[in-house]
Amino acid sequence: MADTAQVDLRTRLQNWLPKLVLAPSFAMVLLFVYGFIAFTVYLSFTDSRILPSYGWVGLENYEKLFRLRHWKIAVSNLAVFAILYIGISSLIGLMLAIFLDQKIRIEGALRTVYLYPMALSFIVTGTAWKWLLDPGIGLEHTMHLWGWTTFSFDWIKNSDYAIYTVVLAAVWQSSGFAMAMFLAGLRGIDNEILKAAQMDGASNWQLYRRIIIPQLRPAFLSAFVILSHLAIKSYDLVIALTGGGPGRATELPATFMYSYTFTRNQMGIGASSAVIMLITIAAIMVPYLYAELKEKK
Amino acid sequence: MMAIASTDTAIRSGRVTRTFLYLVLLLFALFYLLPFAIMVMNSMKPLDEITGGNMMAFPTDWTLEPWRKAWSEAQVGVDATGLRPYFYNSLIMAIPAVMLSTFFGALNGYVLTKWQFRGHNIVFGLLLFSCFIPFQIVLIPMARMLGIFGLAGSTGGLILVHFVYGIGFTTLYFRNYYAAFPTELIRAAQIDGAGFFRIFWRILLPSSGPIIAVSFIWQFTNIWNDFLFGASFADFSSQPMTVALNNLVQSSTGVKEYNVHFAGAIYAAIPTLLVYIVAGRYFVRGLMAGSVKG
Repeated sequence: MADTAQVDLRTRLQNWLPKLVLAPSFAMVLLFVYGFIAFTVYLSFTDSRILPSYGWVGLENYEKLFRLRHWKIAVSNLAVFAILYIGISSLIGLMLAIFLDQKIRIEGALRTVYLYPMALSFIVTGTAWKWLLDPGIGLEHTMHLWGWTTFSFDWIKNSDYAIYTVVLAAVWQSSGFAMAMFLAGLRGIDNEILKAAQMDGASNWQLYRRIIIPQLRPAFLSAFVILSHLAIKSYDLVIALTGGGPGRATELPATFMYSYTFTRNQMGIGASSAVIMLITIAAIMVPYLYAELKEKK
Repeated sequence: MMAIASTDTAIRSGRVTRTFLYLVLLLFALFYLLPFAIMVMNSMKPLDEITGGNMMAFPTDWTLEPWRKAWSEAQVGVDATGLRPYFYNSLIMAIPAVMLSTFFGALNGYVLTKWQFRGHNIVFGLLLFSCFIPFQIVLIPMARMLGIFGLAGSTGGLILVHFVYGIGFTTLYFRNYYAAFPTELIRAAQIDGAGFFRIFWRILLPSSGPIIAVSFIWQFTNIWNDFLFGASFADFSSQPMTVALNNLVQSSTGVKEYNVHFAGAIYAAIPTLLVYIVAGRYFVRGLMAGSVKG
């Protein structure tokens, strides 16, 4: 047996060691995430142009930002994109999950096929769809060759419709992910309850409407949270698919921030747009994460 | 087979319904497969068959020339180097960043579940939120910081960036995994005199295979596919594959060689697709275990 002084030192070391091990990661996150957020917030109140500068201008950047037509377009595009992207991905995801949950024989293979686009880079997805949707050589051209000469599909070149092509490519990429989340939810539902309801004469439709779908609430919430944060962060896909065009038809806050900060040398305004993006995401994520952490205890 | 299968599910459906189910499921499979399949098919055609022909048709004149060109000859940026150097850049960047973030994520998850201290939940909350920030909020200070430390435009700088912004997710994965690991085993080992690191190496790590796989797959996919950081912080010598591919596809000089672009896009997709196909079971399991749910 070791003497008490030694034991004491050992215990104290053992008490400190875990915190010591965690410290580097925590310090890095504090600096690179929270410190940097603070710095960007600060910059958004300054007259920074091509480089950070420290002349305080108060809320001027925000006032300018919200008066910019470019920003208003980006925000309304994001609204259209996010609503359709989240809605359609969830709908397709839920439908595929319910269908797959019917003891489908090739479920494993289908699941792999539905999910593989998630493994691709948005740049690859954008490159593929940009060409598929190109009226000159893509789908429209093919339909013409097949004899349907009046077929017209030029959304990607049409500033009223281009944003929907971004929705299409984004849904293609991530509806499989929504499917996986709903399928996990479905697999968690107790079969006994369903059997009991069936004994009482409930139809399949009633089972889904009354029992199963209401029980998927957590899956709906996770899908909404994950997809909405992906929507707000969307950048690569737009760059690869449309480059924000035609004109500004597919400009989103993320592309706005990049071009104002790095190519138009309006760093103050760029920083303020980044802050707005962060606030939007935080408004969705913080309550969700807080509730998740609370529940765990 | 069908009879057996249908006994353990509560939902029953008739033959017509089942035919309809299979039809819809297969149509969606086609929807997900076609864009990539058409791209592969057209990457093996000479250019005039793409511009003059039908994208849905098989090549009449099969060729791997676009693949060779995309890899070692295409004009990316200033030099006609092909995508090869950028492919290596991505590998050199992704591998260390994946290993570092996984290793630290494992340690953090271990501390946060088995060596809890006062405020551990706050630390975890802060790490967790860092997964979801829009990276636009850190671009400007990060560019400054990399400049100050002489890491601007270097692969080392990108490794650091991906490491730092990956820790949140890896910690989350390991924390949720270790939370389910019986704490009694650890207490027993402690009573036997095993210390902090011994318990980690000898008891936790050997049973961490599945979650290490999840962390590797997740991190590798995210880092390989990243575009924003690569476009913001890399120069010509360190540009990752995604940025090079975008430059190749968007370049406005000369004829648009679609077949070369497609071959390039497939090169960019191969590593993550391979990881997904080979280790897909873990990937799906990881997704299903839920990124936030424990």
